[in-house]
Amino acid sequence: MVKVLKKDQIESFLSKLKENYELYGPKKKGFEVEWAKLDGSLLFDFKNSSLSPKSFFFPQTECMMHFKNDPNDPEGMIMKPEPELDSKRILFNIRPCDAKAFSLLDKVFMKDEASLDVYWKDKRDKTILIGLGCNNPSPTCFCLSVGCGPFSEEGLDVLAVDLGDRVLFKGITERGKEIISSLDDAEESDIKNAEELKKNAESKITRKVELDNILSKEILEVYEIPLWDRIHETCLNCGACTFYCPTCHCFDIQDEVQGDYGRRVRNWDTCMSWLFTQHASGHNPRGTKKDRVRQRFMHKFKYIPFRLNGEIGCVGCGRCIVRCPVNIDVRDVVNQMNQQLK
Amino acid sequence: MLKEYTEQIREVAKRLLKDKVVDCVIGYRKGTVPMLDAPYIAYTEEEADNLIWSSFCVSNLAKFLIGRKGKSAIVAQGCISRSIVNLINENQVKRENVYIIGVWSPGMVDRRKVLEKFYDKEILEVEEDGDELIVKGKDFEGKEFEERISKNEVKRDNCFTCMHRNAVIYDEFVGEKGEETGGGNIDNVAAPWEKLSFDERWEAFRETFGSCIRCYACRNVCPLCYCSVCFVDESKPQWCGKTQDEADIFTFHILRAFHCAGRCVDCGACESACPMGIKVRRLTSKLEKDVRELYGYVPGLEIGAKPPLAVYRPDDPENFITP
Repeated sequence: MVKVLKKDQIESFLSKLKENYELYGPKKKGFEVEWAKLDGSLLFDFKNSSLSPKSFFFPQTECMMHFKNDPNDPEGMIMKPEPELDSKRILFNIRPCDAKAFSLLDKVFMKDEASLDVYWKDKRDKTILIGLGCNNPSPTCFCLSVGCGPFSEEGLDVLAVDLGDRVLFKGITERGKEIISSLDDAEESDIKNAEELKKNAESKITRKVELDNILSKEILEVYEIPLWDRIHETCLNCGACTFYCPTCHCFDIQDEVQGDYGRRVRNWDTCMSWLFTQHASGHNPRGTKKDRVRQRFMHKFKYIPFRLNGEIGCVGCGRCIVRCPVNIDVRDVVNQMNQQLK
Repeated sequence: MLKEYTEQIREVAKRLLKDKVVDCVIGYRKGTVPMLDAPYIAYTEEEADNLIWSSFCVSNLAKFLIGRKGKSAIVAQGCISRSIVNLINENQVKRENVYIIGVWSPGMVDRRKVLEKFYDKEILEVEEDGDELIVKGKDFEGKEFEERISKNEVKRDNCFTCMHRNAVIYDEFVGEKGEETGGGNIDNVAAPWEKLSFDERWEAFRETFGSCIRCYACRNVCPLCYCSVCFVDESKPQWCGKTQDEADIFTFHILRAFHCAGRCVDCGACESACPMGIKVRRLTSKLEKDVRELYGYVPGLEIGAKPPLAVYRPDDPENFITP
């Protein structure tokens, strides 16, 4: 199903959807782009949101359950579930790389019935993703090298393409098709136009990373390349790369009490922090900065592919490249890894 | 201009490495992204060719001296050299283990200010030409542009009010010494919230630090933050919660700032490192102003100086304790 909508009709399209959904989209704030509730218009001329939209499904701080902190109360000290998300949501103009990241995380958080993450699933089930193809990828984008692309459809319910005065909508899932069903059918020329834009966008992504040796060699071989002795040297071990990353998903669970209220809360954590792997015994399996920096790259480019059938744990969005305070460039790291495994 | 400094830094680095005076030279390299020049450690003469000097050397290299074995050379402008003095005074670095390649800082550029200026464009290349930057890139339609802007317009806040642009201690100085100050008056701009009422001050503080994502880049880039376990990482007892609640975020920032009082040389690395662009110095600049006014002390200028908050004198001012 391929539909089309004139840009001057977007407002009425959105207001109709607003009756049943909460609508979100990217919004400019200076040179940064944030996610915000939509006010009737959609932003098209942006690269990508500064932070990834992962907090829609995996908030940085999320209360998992709560309890009354009173051992004398018959209801006390018993964990109670948190309410589920009370609305249905649509994220407009999410970039294909971010949607692909969520489809990867589905394989982690919703692997099987026994390890189902109810918090992730609840929000995923209630949120429709309408992607926007990247007509103008950034110089730091390298999605094509990691199994993604500027018009990738994986994880999306609908893929939109900015055709200038109108927007093309391609329905991908059933629920996505339902959202756009009332729109006009796209003309043959619109579809052709979108194809051209896709080809054009792909040709603009010139920076590549090579992964063939990393993927084909044994884990221990990759683990022991000399690169690891140098690459960590200037790393600050801050969490910027992991917090900006759309696929990083590690967390820390804490119990907190204040007065008679107690809660179990999970927070983003980062493998860059020594505390992340610190054992109660005092032992730390990733005790040095070298161990921690190696972990981040090994996890994305070796462990995840190893566990998930060759799937790569990076979607090439380039956020870590521009946010790293000391310019540790994932493209260079991966290319050097691959080079040293020749 | 800076190209000449680059050549000279490389020359010195090569000589030191060749003569085995040092094991490595800690400096900066060109970034893979415009305006993101980064720390770099050169071990060989060949690697020394990667060293540069530019208006984008915003990280604090003194951090890399902490816990380092052997003898290292380090490229140091005023603020970095003052950080080294601090580390020597606080027994974290031995003077004889450091070879300081002193250099003058032109005042570094705030990358975010440039990005803000060209917020609707994509910057692909930034060149330096004297007091100007040549910014090249594309607008959103793909049309190319090239524009010259004055570096002064986009300098980091701390570089405007800098009082020590030349290295304060060094084993060798590269190039000519330059203008010592940034021209601004730190006492006029430090502590921008001083004049506000309590309520307004709290609001301003919330607004400034509210977007923190707790990545700790500010802490980790700072050469003052070398505690083996930071108070936010302590778990027995846990001083500070791990959540995004304001109380947890603010506890981190307030306590960290206090730990820096009388020690901060205003190098601005925290602000440059913050991926969210938080104006971290709004807290530390107030504390440093207080230390100057109360104790007449400026950190990082003299080896052997005693930090005022680490010593007791009978005539220490106490009017801030009981107002």
